Amino acid sequence: MRAADVRGQLERLGGAVTSQVWRLGFASRFLLYLVLHSGTALRRFRLTVAEIYFAGVLSLVIILVSGLFVGMVLGLQGYETLQRFGASESLGVLVALSLVRELGPVVAGLLFASRAGSAITAEIGLMKATEQLSAMEMMAVDPVARVVAPRFWGGVLSMPLLAALFSAMGIFGGYLVGVQLIGVDPGAFWSQMQASVDVRNDILNGVYKSIVFGIAVTWIAVFEGYDAVPTAEGVSRATTRTVVTSSLAILALDFVLTALMFTGGNGQ
Amino acid sequence: MNRSMIDLWVGVFVVAGFAGLIFLALKVGNLASFNTSQVYPLQAKFANIGGLKVRAPVKSAGVVVGRVAEIRFDNETYEAVVSMNLDQAFQFPRDTTAKILTSGILGEQYIGLEAGGDAAMLGSGDRLRLTQSAVVLENLISQFLFNKAAEGKEAAK
Repeated sequence: MRAADVRGQLERLGGAVTSQVWRLGFASRFLLYLVLHSGTALRRFRLTVAEIYFAGVLSLVIILVSGLFVGMVLGLQGYETLQRFGASESLGVLVALSLVRELGPVVAGLLFASRAGSAITAEIGLMKATEQLSAMEMMAVDPVARVVAPRFWGGVLSMPLLAALFSAMGIFGGYLVGVQLIGVDPGAFWSQMQASVDVRNDILNGVYKSIVFGIAVTWIAVFEGYDAVPTAEGVSRATTRTVVTSSLAILALDFVLTALMFTGGNGQ
Repeated sequence: MNRSMIDLWVGVFVVAGFAGLIFLALKVGNLASFNTSQVYPLQAKFANIGGLKVRAPVKSAGVVVGRVAEIRFDNETYEAVVSMNLDQAFQFPRDTTAKILTSGILGEQYIGLEAGGDAAMLGSGDRLRLTQSAVVLENLISQFLFNKAAEGKEAAK
């Protein structure tokens, strides 16, 4: 009785692991197929432009407002800590480096996952549930090329721009609080920032991060939508999974990328 | 919303995104300074470089004139070989001294160049002969302690 119980548990665990590995393999194959069949999305660029509108332009408000507030909080908190060491002139460096290296790509990625990623999953999942994807196949239109690929490229192209806007807005917010409200010297704020922020090491690495996050989030979103169980419950589950999985993916990838970028060689 | 409005907004979005990137590169970073100018390499050997790092500034009279490009260890002489790239606009005499200095008490370390009086200028790839190593706090403290101990002995006599 006992032995059978343990065996059943082990079998369930094994089954869960196997099915996850199976899903990962399917997702990788799906990504490859998607990239190979994105000719239509790039040739009829209008399709992709419409998706940039939904993923990028409509996310602008949340990205800009959050960026402003994150920068303002950084300005306040940073000033509180730095003035204890008499280093409040370094506020610009603190705000700019935290935003450009970490917070810009990561927070913009998390917001993008919950704002645009969930919408992509829900849309594709509903198309599958209402058999629009099957109808396309009947008409010899490849739904991956016509529906999935433009959404994928729209998300991938939007994400780096959104992260850059988030960082720029955050630095503006830090400037508003630090210089205008608290009264840090504006010359020191900008010049120390410019002396310490490196274009290649800091800004470009931040852009690379946002590109990687954009690919990861959009890939997860389109895959979850395409793989959703075609019922109302299945679509809602897939949407939840998109947000959870892509948030975890962003944070885990961020650790790996930071370890690769900022600890190698010159230790800046 | 019709097609042309979508195109317009996507255009605005892309322009704003690139404007953000350019703002980051020019106003926040330091793309405008140094990356475009011509540089020439110089080398210097130090007995101890302390906490000097690659990309640390090379300053003369407090003005940044170059950056440290590479730090190697010479296994023949057991010294550190520091390669630095100096801006082509600045030329230094042959008997220039290179020192490793610290900005402030806790600040980062940099190389300070002090020009000599030689008429001949340093060329590309030349080596600075006169160098002064970084000050290591532990050595200073032990020196101080030994001096104190020696003084104490003399007073006891």
